[in-house]
Amino acid sequence: MNRLLPFIGFMLLVALFGFGIWWNSRHDPNAIPTPLLNKPAPAFVLPKLYEPTQTVSKADLLGKPYLLNVFASWCVECGAEHPVLEAEGPTLGVQLVGYNYKDAPADAKRWLAEHGNPYNVLIADEPGNTAIDFGVYGAPESFLIDAHGVIRYKHIGPLTPDVVAGELKPAIAALQKEETP
Amino acid sequence: MIRLFRSTGTPCGRRSAPCARWLLITAKIFRAQGALLPVLFVALLAFAGATHAQAIEPMPFADHAQELRFQHLTQQLRCPMCQNETLADSNASIARDLRNQIFQLMQQGKSDDEIKQYLVARYSDYVLYDPPLKPGTWLLWFGPLLILCAGTGVVLVAIRKRGRDGSATDTTSDRMPLDNEPADNGDDW
Repeated sequence: MNRLLPFIGFMLLVALFGFGIWWNSRHDPNAIPTPLLNKPAPAFVLPKLYEPTQTVSKADLLGKPYLLNVFASWCVECGAEHPVLEAEGPTLGVQLVGYNYKDAPADAKRWLAEHGNPYNVLIADEPGNTAIDFGVYGAPESFLIDAHGVIRYKHIGPLTPDVVAGELKPAIAALQKEETP
Repeated sequence: MIRLFRSTGTPCGRRSAPCARWLLITAKIFRAQGALLPVLFVALLAFAGATHAQAIEPMPFADHAQELRFQHLTQQLRCPMCQNETLADSNASIARDLRNQIFQLMQQGKSDDEIKQYLVARYSDYVLYDPPLKPGTWLLWFGPLLILCAGTGVVLVAIRKRGRDGSATDTTSDRMPLDNEPADNGDDW
């Protein structure tokens, strides 16, 4: 038995190492869990991207669930995410709110003209101050906010078809079930 | 130039354009002619200095004490984007925004604890280099102690066992080992 102990210890380390690899292949080790989950979204008033004189506030968007998608023209992965939003956006059953983050409006408009505009509402946060209240630290990030203005789901990084099918759509389905008891 | 710097994070950034730009530039350099390499290297070194200076932008502090307090506070906080850097050191754009926000909160007379709370409420305990003691972090705080205790236990058991074995064999330790007796009893690894 004593002779086996080092081997057992070694196998335990191998198991721990394997678990670490398996875990990290499924989770983004850099993603910070948001403390805002299941809490009311922060209040905001932001100008529309295309009509900067008009603003959109949190209160304006209450009543229907929506997906707030943080994007920017300088963000490489947003380009990878965009076709997914274009394809899946209309099938989600919720409003798609584009949150243009720390971007020059001209750059954002050029980018949208080039890649297409899947958003129902487009707001711009050029200084990036409101994004701090949302706990945004990069782009892309996506928040699912319910009809009462509560954040129900957050995804950090680009939405992929897998994430949309496996996480986002079930979260939206759960919301819709709540709304129609 | 300004356009370039505005979105410039450090190359470790998760999803930043500069990151890709950096990789592209680095790849190009390595593909470049060998003779050009030293020149490019020197040029890069020069830029490295420039980007570092960029991280420490001057802020209109009320007095030196406030500046020291700001530096002390930002050194205790982690940049959410480049998680191995403090807010004080990081050149990521979110770190710059958060530094500005901390500066504003200081001007409003907020205490260090209030500012930390402000950040924790938005970015979770990740921003703290010193994690708080709570049920979720018990393993983090007491795990090493647990391992130390387990290790001590194993050592104690081993010593006691060897002591017992030793006292039994010591009386005969002067004699030559017999041929059929194992020279190594295998438990002294």
